[in-house]
Amino acid sequence: MNHEPLLLATPSGDVLNLRPEGPWTAANVVTLETLSRSVGADVDRSRVVTLDMSGVSALDTLGAWVLEKLSRRAATSGRSAEFVGVADHFSGLLDEVRQVNRHTPAPTAAPNPVLARLGDLGKSTADAREDITIFLQMLGALFMAVIGVLRRPRSLRLTSLVYQLYRIGWQAIPIVALITFLIGAIIAQQGFFHFRRFGAESYTVDMVGILVLRELGVLIVAIMVAGRSGSAYTAELGSMKMREEIDALSTMGLDPVEVLILPRVAALVIALPILTFLGSIAALYGGGLVAQFYGDMGPAIYIARLHEAISVTHFEVGILKAPFMALVIGIVACSEGLRVKGSAESLGRQTTTSVVKSIFLVIVLDGLFAIFFASIGM
Amino acid sequence: MDASQDQFAIRVRDLVVGFGRQTVLDHLSLDVRRGEILGLVGASGGGKSVLMRTIIGLIPRQGGTIEVMGQPTGGHGRGAATTWGILFQQGALFSSLTVRQNVQFPLRENLVLSQELMDEIAIAKLEMVGLRAQDADKYPAELSGGMTKRVALARALALDPPILFLDEPTSGLDPIAAGDFDALITTLQKTLGLTVFMVTHDLASLTTVCDRVAALADGKIVAIGPMRELLQSEHPWVRAYFHGKRSQMLQHEMR
Repeated sequence: MNHEPLLLATPSGDVLNLRPEGPWTAANVVTLETLSRSVGADVDRSRVVTLDMSGVSALDTLGAWVLEKLSRRAATSGRSAEFVGVADHFSGLLDEVRQVNRHTPAPTAAPNPVLARLGDLGKSTADAREDITIFLQMLGALFMAVIGVLRRPRSLRLTSLVYQLYRIGWQAIPIVALITFLIGAIIAQQGFFHFRRFGAESYTVDMVGILVLRELGVLIVAIMVAGRSGSAYTAELGSMKMREEIDALSTMGLDPVEVLILPRVAALVIALPILTFLGSIAALYGGGLVAQFYGDMGPAIYIARLHEAISVTHFEVGILKAPFMALVIGIVACSEGLRVKGSAESLGRQTTTSVVKSIFLVIVLDGLFAIFFASIGM
Repeated sequence: MDASQDQFAIRVRDLVVGFGRQTVLDHLSLDVRRGEILGLVGASGGGKSVLMRTIIGLIPRQGGTIEVMGQPTGGHGRGAATTWGILFQQGALFSSLTVRQNVQFPLRENLVLSQELMDEIAIAKLEMVGLRAQDADKYPAELSGGMTKRVALARALALDPPILFLDEPTSGLDPIAAGDFDALITTLQKTLGLTVFMVTHDLASLTTVCDRVAALADGKIVAIGPMRELLQSEHPWVRAYFHGKRSQMLQHEMR
């Protein structure tokens, strides 16, 4: 009994007799490929090739295909090939394999690399325009939903709103407070370390206060929320889209924007200023602790300096930005969620896009606000 | 190798499977002969899929033995794909891979072969299940229900396994597509000499494709045999199944 497949080639003049033996199955694929390659030259030389199948003990699709490929190679340009001695239980498989791989589709020509680059550039420009359109559409739809709710206050999804507030507001407090606390402490430490050299340690408090209240507090919190809640929104809405839940809502005459998206975005708009406020306090507290233990500045002095250094304006500048950032995060997260197509991969891609895009937009928005507040003198 | 081992592809003896306090399969025994198409019917939630998933090792068993091709099964290690191919109800195609890559996946993981041969085998399998080479570069999300099942079948057959498990292969297909699929399974079974274990509710499939039908009720196989014998069965559940209004109508039409 043969355990290794063999391929005996006996050339006689123009005729080549090939006799495969043993198990021609997928398990021996390495041997099969070597065998078929080794007789390639002989096959090309001969006018008539006969494949004597009587020695084959086992055959599967892969083995049959390797033999069929040999016979096709032999049967080109007026030459001929035939199978002989095919056992009954193999003939069906060989017949089947003879039908396949007859129409290989023409390989698509590789495009000109320069043109491909240009094409990509054009496509991403068009995509950017589409992104803006989708953003504005979502903004408009939200606006309409808000008007609808104002007209009929009972149509507000209060349960959903409260649940979302709990999830993205209340549950986010510990991590947001921890991160901003650390940021405040790090800024204060850097301030004391570098300002000490020219005796300006007391200005560290000004720096911490202004930086945290105007910029860093809101920015850090917005980025955290974009990563934590924005991604969750996209994934949730995306999987609802995949399972046709959103279509089901629409067919019941309900507006998905009103039912799903408004409560989510509204919760963000409410929660982000609150989180910013808490985050800023945590950062100032972190700065205060560093002042006491690293800068040798007692809490009383720290608070007194803070009083002098910052005004309500600084606080307002920070907190006014928060709802707008929340709106941007919410709109991006929800519209990316609705763009999810059928596959799991698309869900992942859209979630990534959502986080990257909303963090980018939050920072751009912050820059625009900086210009705006500077020009109105706040 | 003794005769009994040669004769049966799957032997299930005294199988007990349960979840928590609930026993789903209660000392169930079932033999699947080599080279036959066995249809398994049972009530929804009655343990058909549990039986199939236990045989392929996805659900742990509490008692009994399962032999597949004469070998007792223990989990699903590497190389399981060479023993059996499985067509899941929803296809279970890998959504991040193209159709071609899905079919090549078992080949790539189990064998060492050149990319050229792998491409040819993948196309060959796709053509054998009635798809065209042009469909090979599509993603599963772009396929219709019938095409998904065909690709899943091509993937299940990639390594020419001797046993093929089908979980409701015709559910969700229109009658024409379902008929085509039945024909396809019969053809492939003949050409490749497969043993087919098929869970189905489709009475037409049972009548036209299956060599034998097994009825699962109360955690046991209550009747097994060719469709004609099952129609004569006196078991109340089997009677209700095959002689209900819907079944009667279908059988009447077929006569």
